[in-house]
Amino acid sequence: MSKALDIPTVQKVAELARLKLTDDEIKAIAGQLKAVLENFEQIAAVNTKDVEPLVTPTDLRVHFREDAVVVQPDLDAFLANAPARSGRLFKVPPVV
Amino acid sequence: MDLTFATSSEIAAAVKNKKVTALEVTRHFMNRVQTLDKQINAFVTVNEKAEEAAKAVDAKIASGKDPGALAGVPVAVKDLLCTKGLRTTASSKILGNFIPPYSSTVVSRLEAAGAITIGKTSLDEFGMGSSNENAASGIVRNPWNPEYVPGGSSGGSAAALSARMASAAIGTDTGGSIRQPASFCGLFGIKPTYGRVSRFGIIAFASSLDQAGPMAHSTGDCALMLETISGSCSHDSTSASLEVPKWSQLLKDDVKGMRIGLPREYFAEKLDPDVDRVTKEAIEALKARGATTVEISLPLVKHAVPVYYLVATAEASANLARYDGMRFGHRSSNAAHGDLDDLYSRSRGEGFGPEVKRRIMLGTYALSSGYYDAYYAKASQVRRLIRDEFLKAFESCDVILSPVCTSPAFKIGERINDPLEMYLNDIFTTSTNLAGLPGMSVPAGYSSKGLPIGVQLMGRHWDEAKMFNVSLAIENALGAAKARRPHVI
Amino acid sequence: MSSNHPFGSYEPVIGIEIHAQLSTKSKMFCASSTEFGAGDNDHICEVCTAMPGALPVVNKKAIEYSIKMGLALGCQIRDRSVFSRKQYFYPDLPKGYQISQFDLPLCEHGKVEYILDGKKMEVSITRAHMEEDAGKSTHHGEYSLINLNRAGTPLLEIVSGPDMHSPQEAAEYARTVHKILRYLDVCDGNLEEGSFRCDCNVSVRKKGETIFNTRVEIKNINSFRFVEKAIEYEILRQIDCMETGEKINQETRLYDPDKNRTFMMRSKEEAHDYRYFPDPDLLTVILEESFVEKVRGELPELPLKRAERFQQEYKIPEYDSFVLTQEKEIADYYEKVVKASGNPKSASNWVMTELMRELNDAKKTFAQSPVSAEQLGAMVMLIDKGTISGKIAKTVFAEMWATGKNPDVIVKEKGLVQITDTSAIEKAIDDVIAANPAETEAYRGGKEKLFGFFVGQVMKVTKGQASPDMVNQLLKKKLAGG
Repeated sequence: MSKALDIPTVQKVAELARLKLTDDEIKAIAGQLKAVLENFEQIAAVNTKDVEPLVTPTDLRVHFREDAVVVQPDLDAFLANAPARSGRLFKVPPVV
Repeated sequence: MDLTFATSSEIAAAVKNKKVTALEVTRHFMNRVQTLDKQINAFVTVNEKAEEAAKAVDAKIASGKDPGALAGVPVAVKDLLCTKGLRTTASSKILGNFIPPYSSTVVSRLEAAGAITIGKTSLDEFGMGSSNENAASGIVRNPWNPEYVPGGSSGGSAAALSARMASAAIGTDTGGSIRQPASFCGLFGIKPTYGRVSRFGIIAFASSLDQAGPMAHSTGDCALMLETISGSCSHDSTSASLEVPKWSQLLKDDVKGMRIGLPREYFAEKLDPDVDRVTKEAIEALKARGATTVEISLPLVKHAVPVYYLVATAEASANLARYDGMRFGHRSSNAAHGDLDDLYSRSRGEGFGPEVKRRIMLGTYALSSGYYDAYYAKASQVRRLIRDEFLKAFESCDVILSPVCTSPAFKIGERINDPLEMYLNDIFTTSTNLAGLPGMSVPAGYSSKGLPIGVQLMGRHWDEAKMFNVSLAIENALGAAKARRPHVI
Repeated sequence: MSSNHPFGSYEPVIGIEIHAQLSTKSKMFCASSTEFGAGDNDHICEVCTAMPGALPVVNKKAIEYSIKMGLALGCQIRDRSVFSRKQYFYPDLPKGYQISQFDLPLCEHGKVEYILDGKKMEVSITRAHMEEDAGKSTHHGEYSLINLNRAGTPLLEIVSGPDMHSPQEAAEYARTVHKILRYLDVCDGNLEEGSFRCDCNVSVRKKGETIFNTRVEIKNINSFRFVEKAIEYEILRQIDCMETGEKINQETRLYDPDKNRTFMMRSKEEAHDYRYFPDPDLLTVILEESFVEKVRGELPELPLKRAERFQQEYKIPEYDSFVLTQEKEIADYYEKVVKASGNPKSASNWVMTELMRELNDAKKTFAQSPVSAEQLGAMVMLIDKGTISGKIAKTVFAEMWATGKNPDVIVKEKGLVQITDTSAIEKAIDDVIAANPAETEAYRGGKEKLFGFFVGQVMKVTKGQASPDMVNQLLKKKLAGG
């Protein structure tokens, strides 16, 4: 299961998750997650042949939304928390 | 009337009958927050508009309208629930001074029933933790002994309520976050069946496990609060369209003939002697009232902690991707100019605390290419087996009883450096979330050091009613909830 | 394609992913409007801006439209399909994941048929799944700006098998899918507004080989002509690489129509690890059979089937049948003209020539035509009954187009009734013969080409209203008989 959670793997995962970690953090997390995953190995022993994965644990009936538009009365409230804006647009570093 | 120690339903009745105004009640509890919270640190934000809301309730009563079942009841709301216009932080730096443009369904329903949101309470950041030591606004202290943790993640709600800075509280529970702090702080706390309470507007930790629920000083208040916030919500695809029973009216101190299941595996764990003693006292009390006990076996629950952490962190890693510093929240000022990825990584690296980062890392890893099958998919399969095991166990019993935790509250700082140790502490509570069952913590006694200890009840899907009856029987038989008062009060 | 296509000993292998925007009023998972062209961030809410705590709820119409298209593509509709989260960070993707479908899509295993160069072609449909669109970024050098009006708009992604082998096939396939979407009225098909976008997967192999070589994806093409040109360029580029021994990398490229070339957008090495997993905020979509059957019952006749029926039922040429079925509106109009006139052949001529020309010139759709199908049918009937001649009909049609009046009213008002009275026509012929003695002499002397001249003269005298058949018949007799 866990093929030694080494430093490069932890770095790769941190990049994937867009988390800037210090070298110390990486070292600490590698150690902690290694211990955690070693403990978690235990589930490999459970026989799950032909068992369908469970996501939602209760039997709920799916309900759909009717196709109707609801206009927000206070659109500015959805923009007000933005760290940077230009007019009514969100301003971000260049994406190309 | 002594507002501090009155039940929520007593307060609502008094307000409704104009024995006291909602404003007086709100001011009373607000004053307590001002004096007591310096020692506890339960609140992240106090609601400046609470008095305004109380006046609106009084005005409603004056004009002869029904003010609702919770008229004037001051409620402490976990800071994971969005409150329109009132800062919501998830106890995280990453949300900065986020002002939600909308309210969660739970808060809307409480306010529609006349409850007053007195403030937003601290939690382990994003609900991730069992001690309330992982909070941007600092450690929360247990009113029973400020050297001890209040539990988590709904530690602020539990501490605020325990010190009577509110009349009732709302928590959320992903793997025990209502039940464990309720047990540590001597409160009733229920995590309802998955789908009973709308998750809309509740900042997501793990979507298939999260449920909000009340904490209260009595079974009756707990039932009243839960029936107020439950029910179908058109904004949440996973909310059940079932009718919500009026639990507060159906409540009966009658367990005659009730079959109480005792899971062999839970009692085989190394238990603190005080927890062992208190749990046995609760069982004996129920037997004395005519219940029978049945030994049941849940062999797979020993895997509940790994399954829980793999599923919860996988879901969390995606749920927390929206905190990217683009539309709201913390944006780093240290990123290389014009470098989008650097801005993402630094904003998130600076904004999230260590435990959240650890869990995002674990969850990302569990879903990543090459590991998905062994971790996330495997855990989801074992999850089904665990649920099915519970469903089978309920064929021979009506309610399952167990300890909430292996020990009472522990000291601040004692476990913070050992994540695995902290995770394993969730052994008795996580399986309930995995199986979607309702679970409840009921005050049952005290440790030799005078810390509260609760017992856990678990019910069938949608059968909160039986749990409430067992809870009331324990409440009346043992009188633990009223027997002592916390140190800070 | 024919064996002499321009790629010599190479065979291109092409598959297409089409993103079709479903024409719902509200977004896929929230009640914000999907209307195009609104003000900046005017169509947003807590869900499509991914505010903390917001949750998705599926738009029923989007499901219905997707099922409809799936059925039209001959797909199997899964009774249980699952929404999954596709994770990547991008500022126009507010949640940090796109809700899509992964291992359990709504529609699978279909096919599309179309005719190219008179040959029936078939492309397999691997799957068609629902997903949400991202927002729109605009770039301003130092920074980019994000508009989330489009974020969360419902899309149906239609994935073909790698079954096409020429740029023309690929373009015609895309046109066919576009036509079907329009037929079902589940997508407005507007290419400029991005309602229909193609990602083309292209690889090249030696003819006769069955292997699949490294493929390149050309993303986001929004014109059929560009589909053809981009693929053509890419095939030639890859052949060139193979000839010179250069390695073809698995990468994503973009097409630049101005330079008519493709260029690299990102390489495989930068490819994402999307970490798909079932979205726990949404339940498995469980479809009742009755719901699917209800949608099936509402399916209109599809273009190719309809064209084939037109050929059989109305005995019109294949070409005409395709022109008349390219849009549902046209086919519906045509069938109404047939019904009103009882003359399918004539109806098709009038719709395809006069009406289409006028509509084109006026930039109008069939729905906006000032001449209704019933009116055009009535006019065709007037011709068939001999009330007016084909020639006069053109005048009548012009008048109908201009005034919207019924043809019989126009004929009456303008006195355009065809002259079928033998004596009246004979009188006109006699007058023409009398007035043109030289020509008469020449004709009778064997210059039969002059017959047309006499017809013209007679029609002129009768203001074009004489029945052409009768003029021909009587003129022949008179000129011969003297």
